[in-house]
Amino acid sequence: MRYIPTTPEERRRMLEVIGVRSVEDLFADVPQSVRLGRPLRLRPVLSDPEVLRYLGGLAERNAHADRLACFVGAGAYDHFVPPAVWQLAGRGEFLTAYTPYQAEVMQGELQATYEYQTMVCELLGMEVANASMYDGASALGEAAVMARDLTGRDRVVVSQAVHPEYRQVLRTYTEPLGIQVVERRHEGGITPADPRAVDTRTAAVVVQHPNFFGCLEDVRGWAEVAHRVGALLVVACSDPLAFGLLEPPGALGADIVAAEGQPLGNPLNFGGPYLGIIATRNKFVRRMPGRLVGATVDRYGRRGFVLTLQTREQHIRREKATSNICTNEALNALAAAVYLSLLGPQGVRQVAELCLRKAHYLKAQVAQLEGVGVLFAAPTFHEFVVRTPRPAAALVRAVAREGFLAGLPLGRFYRGMQNALLVCVTETRTRDEIDRFVEALARASRRGRAAVGGRR
Amino acid sequence: MTDFPLIFERSVSGRRGYGLPEPDVPARPLEELVPHHALRQRPPALPEVSELEVVRHYTRLSHRNYSIDEGFYPLGSCTMKYNPKLHEEAGRLPGFSRLHPYTPEELVQGALQLLWELGEELRELAGMDAVSLQPAAGAHGELVGLLVVRAYFASRGERRSKVLVPDSAHGTNPATAAMVGYEVVTVPSDPRGNLDLRALKQHLDHHTAALMLTNPNTLGLFEEHVDRIAERVHAVGAQMYLDGANFNAMVGITRPGDQGFDVMHMNLHKTFSTPHGGGGPGAGVVAVKAHLEPFLPVPVVVREADRYRLDFDRPQSVGRVRAFYGNFANLVRAYAYLRTLGADGLRAVAEHAVLHANYLRVRLAPYYDVPYDRICKHEFVASGARQKKRDGVTTRDIAKRLLDYGFHAPTVYFPLIVEEALMVEPTETESLQTLDAFVEAMIAIDRECREDPERVRTAPHTTPVGRLDEVRAARHPDLRWKPGP
Repeated sequence: MRYIPTTPEERRRMLEVIGVRSVEDLFADVPQSVRLGRPLRLRPVLSDPEVLRYLGGLAERNAHADRLACFVGAGAYDHFVPPAVWQLAGRGEFLTAYTPYQAEVMQGELQATYEYQTMVCELLGMEVANASMYDGASALGEAAVMARDLTGRDRVVVSQAVHPEYRQVLRTYTEPLGIQVVERRHEGGITPADPRAVDTRTAAVVVQHPNFFGCLEDVRGWAEVAHRVGALLVVACSDPLAFGLLEPPGALGADIVAAEGQPLGNPLNFGGPYLGIIATRNKFVRRMPGRLVGATVDRYGRRGFVLTLQTREQHIRREKATSNICTNEALNALAAAVYLSLLGPQGVRQVAELCLRKAHYLKAQVAQLEGVGVLFAAPTFHEFVVRTPRPAAALVRAVAREGFLAGLPLGRFYRGMQNALLVCVTETRTRDEIDRFVEALARASRRGRAAVGGRR
Repeated sequence: MTDFPLIFERSVSGRRGYGLPEPDVPARPLEELVPHHALRQRPPALPEVSELEVVRHYTRLSHRNYSIDEGFYPLGSCTMKYNPKLHEEAGRLPGFSRLHPYTPEELVQGALQLLWELGEELRELAGMDAVSLQPAAGAHGELVGLLVVRAYFASRGERRSKVLVPDSAHGTNPATAAMVGYEVVTVPSDPRGNLDLRALKQHLDHHTAALMLTNPNTLGLFEEHVDRIAERVHAVGAQMYLDGANFNAMVGITRPGDQGFDVMHMNLHKTFSTPHGGGGPGAGVVAVKAHLEPFLPVPVVVREADRYRLDFDRPQSVGRVRAFYGNFANLVRAYAYLRTLGADGLRAVAEHAVLHANYLRVRLAPYYDVPYDRICKHEFVASGARQKKRDGVTTRDIAKRLLDYGFHAPTVYFPLIVEEALMVEPTETESLQTLDAFVEAMIAIDRECREDPERVRTAPHTTPVGRLDEVRAARHPDLRWKPGP
């Protein structure tokens, strides 16, 4: 049998040692009434080359980012991933290891995680980061619960310019605990800081920066508003590379950052696995969810690393744990550490600057297009919202035929925004692609108007 | 000996490890694009290293790791089986790895078809009616499962207050119940290692939302009365939740749905061979009976004629539990595994996992206590209690000494109900020769406990670092490197 090395002769020997006649005897404790009295009804077995061919066929039926020039972001970003990242992270020694429970033989994983925690703190301007969460959205859910635990209050104010899927997850995580989520409307693509949004029942204010529309929020203003009433400021972020160039949340007053780490060296993967980042201030560390790696010494006084502060965690504290998380996204965190090591401080700044400049190059051209425009005036990073002359979903389909993944139609998440398209430009898009994309947008927009006119 | 350097300690100002493009668009002043006050004042203190240094650093770190690719990993409850290389290749096909989750549905039909087919196979394996492929890990699956249970009762106008959890359960079970707002009631095990039926009866009432059971349980024993347990739980209208961490012991032999479970999660990174990655990512698919289907998280993959789509319009759904659609790349790997093994192959997995575990149990029993010494399933729990009493050597010491013999240690001090627990799970992918070598090492350590206990107490001796001071790590948390003055 594939992947089972035991020969019939060895099987016989083992049964003899155990003292039973057949493998069947080893299942004598399974009541007959619950046995499956027939073979499983599964698809036919395939040989190794057949499996690869079959899956390759399915893969080929997807319009991936090597086939369509990707102008969509919205929580998943087509940044360049240096080949070294996965050639290292994909090494069997990292890939096929378990959680580092036996620290002495897992110094590789543990040290890399310690380095990762440090790099995340540096990039976000925070004091402590954990070893990873599932993704940005679930990290935000956990951040809200953490804020509740820290403040003893049960109200969370969240901007509607936070990623809609993150807000949905926030509701899923908070609702069973009786935490009330109050949404704050955006005005012109941003959420102006407003003391009337909070009171002494508020556990946390949640804003995303840069926000879902790509706009820069007044994070400092919100920090003041939240702190004045004793609430925490939670900053969500879907692309931490922005902080290669922008002032990081820690410097703007964030108490907790919940971010998506996919952009740090992880593939698009049709949505997962990604990398949940949670970072906070030292004084809050004991209410933090998830694993933490700490430095210590061995019996000879040499530096080494272990999982630490585990009394927060489920395997020790059970129902009183800060979270139920066990398996996390360690390998994606390792990839992020390798990625950030390769880039260094200049590299992350350069990537961020390239994204910003290219996005603004596109933005300036879109602003000139007839019938098309930029919806919000607020400053943006590498994403912005395009006003389209016809439903954005139709435009996306039309432009896809010309080789572009045009963006995310916002009508799906925001009422009244059928004619709005969220676009993104990363460092991987060339000027030529941007120019051709603008032409394709223009053509699709004209066709759309003609079609509408025709029906009249 | 000196410390192994951190990547930060290899940093030299001005060194680069990347080759990014020059800007090809007009160079406008930054302040025209972003207000000055929004710009970063101080650059992040990331390392400045060459690509070769990065490659060497992480390659050397990889040498300081223990993996299945290197050796035997009998971590109980973790199912550390071989992770086939074929799956890595499949998971990294550009049509999957380069696919943006917001690509229009008609352009991702291959990906959706894969998800749908995987769901169908898993439904059949579980004996359930519907699945959610979204959860990122086992504990995430537990969260989904209990949210679904809660929503089910809410739809019937019921608010139930408590969840029953055996004393042998994984810590994630009670932690999950608390996250969903339930009171946790612990139910003891009986002397045979089954859930104590009398205690169960005492705690079961109309306030009970669910019993969270692991089967085979964490003692590696099949719950012999699972059918009667299900009957009693259902008699008070409560739901049967299966923690499917130990599904490897029963694929193709008995199905959770047929055992009376209403909802379960399965860890694709255990039973279905996707790599653990040093702690993650995993995938914790949830499967339910029909009456719970309306409550599954959005989106759900559906097939209509020969088209596949993501269904978001599910008014009774518990909502979203993560962004996008699940740990897709791991789902690809698990599907490759299922298709390679097929029905016969999967049944053989369970049979050999159980065969190997029983072989180890019988061979170790003369040297180590095995508190519940009956036919086990895919794992068993031994104990270092004899060595502790006789030689003053703890299970932790024995585990550390095993590292010197080139093996990973079993899971230790779990389940909590066994003193000095050593939980051993060999999996089906290990050879008889490997199992024998492990037995020889365990026998040698038992001898050392008697003849040279100090050697065991101070182990490990051959690892990159010696025994680490965990108390110091917790008392004086040092959770990040700090740049010097």
